[in-house]
Amino acid sequence: MGKTQSAAVKREAIATRDAYGEALLELGKKRQDIVVLDADLSGSTKTGKFAKAFPDRFYNIGIAEQDMICTAAGLALAGKLPFASTFAVFETGRAWEQVRQTICYSNLNVKLVATHGGVTVGEDGASHQATEDIALMRVLPNMTVIVPADAHETRQVINAIADYYGPVYVRLGRSKVPAVMPAEYEFKIGKAYTFHKGRATNIVAIGIMVPIALEASKILSQEGIDTGVINMSTVKPLDTETLLNVAKTCKLMVTAEEHSIIGGLGGAVSEFLSENHPTPLRRIGLKNAFGCSGTPEELLKLYGLTADNIVRTIKEALKQ
Amino acid sequence: MGHTSTQRERDVAFLKKQAKLVRIEILKMLTLAGSGHTGGSLSAADIVTALYFSKMRHRPDNPGWRERDRFVLSKGHAAPLLYAVLAMSGYFDISMLKTLRRLGSPLQGHPCSRVLPGVEISTGSLGQGLSVSNGMAIGLKMDNLSSRIYCLLGDGETQEGQVWEAAMTAAHYKLDNLCAIVDINGLQIDGPVSQVKAIEPVASKWRAFGWNVIEIDGHNMEGILDALDRAETVKGKPSVILAYTIKGKGVSFFEGKVEYHGVAPTQKELGKALKELEANG
Repeated sequence: MGKTQSAAVKREAIATRDAYGEALLELGKKRQDIVVLDADLSGSTKTGKFAKAFPDRFYNIGIAEQDMICTAAGLALAGKLPFASTFAVFETGRAWEQVRQTICYSNLNVKLVATHGGVTVGEDGASHQATEDIALMRVLPNMTVIVPADAHETRQVINAIADYYGPVYVRLGRSKVPAVMPAEYEFKIGKAYTFHKGRATNIVAIGIMVPIALEASKILSQEGIDTGVINMSTVKPLDTETLLNVAKTCKLMVTAEEHSIIGGLGGAVSEFLSENHPTPLRRIGLKNAFGCSGTPEELLKLYGLTADNIVRTIKEALKQ
Repeated sequence: MGHTSTQRERDVAFLKKQAKLVRIEILKMLTLAGSGHTGGSLSAADIVTALYFSKMRHRPDNPGWRERDRFVLSKGHAAPLLYAVLAMSGYFDISMLKTLRRLGSPLQGHPCSRVLPGVEISTGSLGQGLSVSNGMAIGLKMDNLSSRIYCLLGDGETQEGQVWEAAMTAAHYKLDNLCAIVDINGLQIDGPVSQVKAIEPVASKWRAFGWNVIEIDGHNMEGILDALDRAETVKGKPSVILAYTIKGKGVSFFEGKVEYHGVAPTQKELGKALKELEANG
């Protein structure tokens, strides 16, 4: 495990949205039924690569997210496999009721792949930083919610959801993220990846918080607090088997996400554990707050999305 | 298309009879259900009858037939109308109409495509059907299918901004295999559309959005068939049929009454209504 981890870290840092652009292009070469929709952000979401290669299978719907979601639904009904992309805040917020009524209620095979999740959007500020999207999508029946941690996992997620029937929401980021998943890792919908199972505490993380959790785990373990890290990339359906397995053998569970602590990963884990195996829990994330402008690094620090804050939180909780 | 005038005359006579039967089924199922949308189901009855019993190519014994024409009921509250034509076409047994709005019935208060064959897409939340129709139209064009998409909207529904997003998309992508129909019955739940929030001038709005506009009396069967045929001949842009109708059409004491937007007939009203329909046809 230690070996593969260090091998992974050496790989280049790539934004998950860039990995998406490449994966979509490759998928488009293999599958004729793939169509892609965007709402005037194809340069940022990286669907532009697909658009350039397959102009006949790319539809820019303009600045009209609600229309885009329902147009994607119609394409699915006509037998196509649509991927609809824009920023996460617009895909899940602006068009939420379209996702509910037309996609989820009818259980259509539409893939919603959004970029610019979380505060690492940076300088654009709160209007463009999705910090409630996971909660909004997780509450919908028939919906699957996935947050990949790095480029390697993103590529696998895109291929996996193309082979899966049903609505899926994938949340990607704007900023470059280090490679954390081992080269031999294989993503499966609903299956978490355990880097290490901690005897004292375990951090359940998603997205950019996975490398940060690994850093915290390293610091804590050096201080004698055995800290595990789990990448819960599928937030829905939650891998409850893995969760129960680690919760049963540790004193404290921690969730870490670049999202509100309400309704997202923290919400999902607390709902499950409180009913099935009550365990002391701490949630790292935005505490009932909007984001703001700043560099990604400054914002991570401001909202406590750092290894230092995770370490501090765990130490304080273990004292109690 | 391809009809001699006498055939067309026979078609019209048949469709008028069918429309009366459709209205009877609507009234019966709504009365049994005790709730539902009477006015807007009756106003669009002639148009939807013309589509299902004449214009559209569809196979009730094979709802998933790839080359079928598709009907999207964007004004999902007219579900009783859709259920009546589907049952009468043979998609399911007509006795199922009695289960409208009951627990466990596939005849949900608003159409649900997951549970009822023949329903192309779940609707009920207004303003979404035209976008869905666009997606279907694009997808079928990609596969070089000649299938056409018909999308029925309410006039009040066009207050939803998404309708105009979709109107732009259809024109931009030149979706000439799409025909929208607006059931202009002039009333919405809170009152006359002109008073709640005016949508006029309707025809010039759609024209400005790049659509071929056809205006008709939505209760004149011959005019409906002509409009549907004419829409099919226009290439390079989508067509919209603005059908001027009467809410509650066919039952004198429901006609033009805003109170009957979302109210089912009582047993007594049903008896009177059925007598009236029989006497008039």
